[in-house]
Amino acid sequence: MLIFVIRRVLMGLALLLVSSFLMYMLVDFTIDPLEDLRTSTDPSAALQMEQRTEQLNLNAPPWERYFDWLGAFVTGDPGVSWNTGRSVSDLLGSAIISTLQLVSFATVAAIVLGVAVGIVSALRQYSSFDYLITFFAFLMFSLPSFWVAVLLKQWGAIGFNDFLVDPVIAPMLIAGISLAAGVFWQLAVGGTLRRRLIHGALAALAVALVLGYMQITDWWLQPRLDWVLLTVTSLGIALTVTTLSTGLRNRRSLYTALSCVALGLVLYFPVRYYLFSNSMLTPYMNYGIVLLLGLAAILVGALVGVAWRGPDWKQSARTGAISAFLIAGVIFLDKVMSYWPAYMAAPAINNRPIQTIGDRAPNLGGNFWVQLLDQYTHLILPTLALMLISFAGYTRFSRGSMLEVMNQDYIRTARAKGINERTVVMRHGFRNSLIPLASIIPVDIIGLIGGALITERIFSRPGMGQLFIANLNMNDIDPVMAYLVIVAFLAILANIVADLLYAALDPRIRVNA
Amino acid sequence: MSNDRKDDPFEAGETGSGSLDPAMTAAATTDRSEVVDDGPQLENAIELREVEGMSQGQIVRRRFFRHTGAMVGLVVMILIAIMAITSIGFTLGPVTIPGWWQYNHSQLNDIVNPRGGPTMQMPWSEGGFVIGQHPFGQDEIGRDIFARTMKGVQTSLVVMAVIGAVATLIGTLIGAFSGFFRGKTDTVLMRFTDLIITLPVIVIGAVLGKKLGSADPIPLALALGAISWTGLARLVRGDFLSLREREFVDAARVAGASTRRIIFKHMLPNAVGVIIVSVTLLMSSAILLETALSYLGFGITPPNVSLGQMINEYQGAFNTRPWLFWWPGLFIILIALCVNFVGDGLRDAFDPRQKKIPSPRKMARADQRAARQAARASA
Repeated sequence: MLIFVIRRVLMGLALLLVSSFLMYMLVDFTIDPLEDLRTSTDPSAALQMEQRTEQLNLNAPPWERYFDWLGAFVTGDPGVSWNTGRSVSDLLGSAIISTLQLVSFATVAAIVLGVAVGIVSALRQYSSFDYLITFFAFLMFSLPSFWVAVLLKQWGAIGFNDFLVDPVIAPMLIAGISLAAGVFWQLAVGGTLRRRLIHGALAALAVALVLGYMQITDWWLQPRLDWVLLTVTSLGIALTVTTLSTGLRNRRSLYTALSCVALGLVLYFPVRYYLFSNSMLTPYMNYGIVLLLGLAAILVGALVGVAWRGPDWKQSARTGAISAFLIAGVIFLDKVMSYWPAYMAAPAINNRPIQTIGDRAPNLGGNFWVQLLDQYTHLILPTLALMLISFAGYTRFSRGSMLEVMNQDYIRTARAKGINERTVVMRHGFRNSLIPLASIIPVDIIGLIGGALITERIFSRPGMGQLFIANLNMNDIDPVMAYLVIVAFLAILANIVADLLYAALDPRIRVNA
Repeated sequence: MSNDRKDDPFEAGETGSGSLDPAMTAAATTDRSEVVDDGPQLENAIELREVEGMSQGQIVRRRFFRHTGAMVGLVVMILIAIMAITSIGFTLGPVTIPGWWQYNHSQLNDIVNPRGGPTMQMPWSEGGFVIGQHPFGQDEIGRDIFARTMKGVQTSLVVMAVIGAVATLIGTLIGAFSGFFRGKTDTVLMRFTDLIITLPVIVIGAVLGKKLGSADPIPLALALGAISWTGLARLVRGDFLSLREREFVDAARVAGASTRRIIFKHMLPNAVGVIIVSVTLLMSSAILLETALSYLGFGITPPNVSLGQMINEYQGAFNTRPWLFWWPGLFIILIALCVNFVGDGLRDAFDPRQKKIPSPRKMARADQRAARQAARASA
C-alpha cells in the first residue's frame, strides 16, 4: 500500500513537471508581452520594447526562461506580474480560497443531490419520473453555463430581491407550488395508485402548510426556527435518518434518534442564547470551532446510541451520530439566520441580500455570523450555475451504476433471504453503487475548475479563474503559469485520492499493481 | 493513473431487462398457457425471430430509427442545419452562394420596431402569425439578429464537425495502438493522455484560443479537436484490450493478416459502436466549449459571428433588449440537446443488452389483442 502511494506520488510529480514544461512552452508561444508596444505610436516605443525585453529576458530561448522560472518556483517564489509589479503569491492568496470554496461547495451539492435523484430514478426505471429526470439531465448537459448564469442573475438575484421588498406569495401561487410538489412527489414515490395519491396529497399539504406558516409569521424577512419548526424539522430528520439507515422497526435506533431530538430541544436554548452569545463564543468563532462543534455533536449522538445498548449498538450509534449532527446543524443554521434582519439592514447590503458580484460585500464588517451569511449569499448563485452540469452527470452516472448493481446476483440472493426492500436497496444496492463514483469525481472536479473560469467571470468573483483570464489577456506569464500548475496539482491529487479511495472501498481491487 | 476508468457518465450499462419476468415479455405476443412451460427459451426464440435474417448493421439501424428521442433530435438538427445554410447562404473560398434571407449578418439596417424589437408575432397574438422584416429583432445598430444567429449556427456547426473529426481521428488511433500493442507503447501513449487530462479542456482551449482564435473558425476548431480526444482514446483502448483476446483476431493472425489489417479491418469495425457514441457526446460538449471560449473572448472574434460571442456582446442588454440574449442561447441549447438525444439513441442502438421494455399498459393491450384474435380464430 505504502509503495503504491509513493509510486503514485512520484509519478504525479513527474507528470506535473512535464506538464509544466509543455504548458510553459505553449503559453510562451501564445502570449506576446510586447503586444501593446508594437502598435504604439509613442516615440519611445522602441526603447520601452528594449527595456521590457531586457526585463523579461525575452531574447533567451524559452526553455532557458522555463528553467529560470522553475528554479524560482520550486524554491517558493512563483514570480512577479510584470504588468502590476505585484508578486504572484500575493495575487494567489485570496484567489485560491475563493475558488476552492466555490468548487468544493458546488461539488458537494452536485454529488449529494445528483446521487439522490439518480438512485430514485434508477429504482423507478422506465417510469414517468425516470423519463422526466432523464430529459432534465439532457437539458442540463446542453445548457451553456454563461447563459444560465445571466438568467440566474436576472431572476435568482434581482427577482428574489424584489420579492423581499414585499414578501407576499399569492394564495393561488401557494396552491400551484404545493400541487406541483405533490405531483412530483407522487411520481418519485411510485407504486400503486392509492399509495401515490396518499403520498402526493400529503406532500402537497405539507408544502402548503409550510408556505402558509412562513407567510403568516413573516418568515422571509425574519427567518428563524422557533420551537414549532425546530420540533418538526428535528422529528423529520430523526425519522428520515432512521428509515434510511436501519428502518423504523429497529426500535433501539428509533429511540436513539428520538433521544437526540429531545436532547436537541433541551440544548437549543442554552446553546443558542448562551454558548453562541456575544459574551461566550461569538467573538472567537471561526471554521475550526464550527468543525469541533460538529464533531462534538457526532460524538454525543454516537454516545446516545451506545447508551441504548442492545446487540446492534453500532447501528444505533451510527443513526444517533447522523441525527445529532443534522439537528445540531439546524440549530447552527437558526443562529445564522437570526442575523438575517441585521444583515439585510446593513448599508452595504441595503435590503438586497442575494448578490451577483464579487465574493464578499465591501465594508460590511460585523461578526462571524454576519460574515458567514455574506459569504453564502455571494456563493449561492455561482454554485447553482456551476453545479448544473455536474449534477446532471452524477444523476446519470449513479442511475446507471445503481441499475447495474440491482441486477447483480447478490441482490437476488438478498431478496431471496427475505430481507426487506429497504435493506436490499440501502445496504446491498446503494453502497455498492457508490464505488464507481470514486472514479468520476476527480474527472468532474477538473471539469468544475474549468467551469469556474466562466462562473467567476460572470459573477466577478476574484478567484483563480479570473486571475488566469485577466493575466492571459495581459500577456503575463508568471500568474498564468502559477494558475496552471496549481490546477494540474489539484487534478493529480484528486486522481491519487480517488484511486486510494477506490481501493479502500472495493476489496476486489488490489493496489500493489 | 488507473486506466479502466469510466469517463462517460452514461457508460454504465442499463440492463433493466433482467429484473423483468421473462414470461411477461413473452405473454405480450403469445398465448400465456404456452409460456409457463418454457418461458426463457420461448422468449429467446421470439427475440431471435424479430431480428431473423438481419445483419448487425440492419439491427442497429432499425433500433436507432425506432428511438423516438433520437429521431426527433435528428430531424430538428437537420432542419436547423438546412435553415442556417440556406437562409443566409455561405462562402466557400471564392464561391459565394446567396441565401433566401434578404439581410446578412453584418449589414446595418433601419430600425423597424422601437429599440429594434422582434417583428415576429406568435399565432396567439392579436395580429396572428407574422414574420415581418426582422423576426428575431435587431441590435442597437440595426443589424438583423436572425441573420446573425444563423451565421452563428453555421460557425458552431462547422466547429462541431471539425472538432468531432479531429478528435475521432486522434482518439481512435491513440486508443487503438495503445490497446493493441500494450506494453511500452501503451504506457507512453496513456501517460501522454494523462498529461492532457490534468488540465481542464477549457483552460488549454483558452491558451490556444488566445493565439488561434480569430474570425476564422477552422484553426481554432482544429486546435480544440487536438485536445478533446482523451476520453475517446481511453474508451477505445479499453475496447481494444478486450477485442484483441477474441478468437477472430487469432484467426486473422493465423491466416497471415498484417498488423495493420488486423487493426483496421478486423478490430476497428467491432469498436465502431463505442466510437460513434462517444464522438456524438463529444460533439455536444464541443459546441458548449466553442461558445464558452467565444464568450470569454478567446474564441471566434468579430467580424465573424459565434453564438457565444453574441451572448457576451449582448448580455448587458438583458433588461432593455432581451431578444438579443434569448435567440443565440436558444439555438445553442437546441443544437446541443439534439446532438445529445441522437447520441442517446445511438448508444441504445449499439448496446446489445438493451431491450425495449413495453410499459404494463402496452402489454395489457397486447394481451387483449391476442385474446381477441384467439376468440376470433376459435369462432
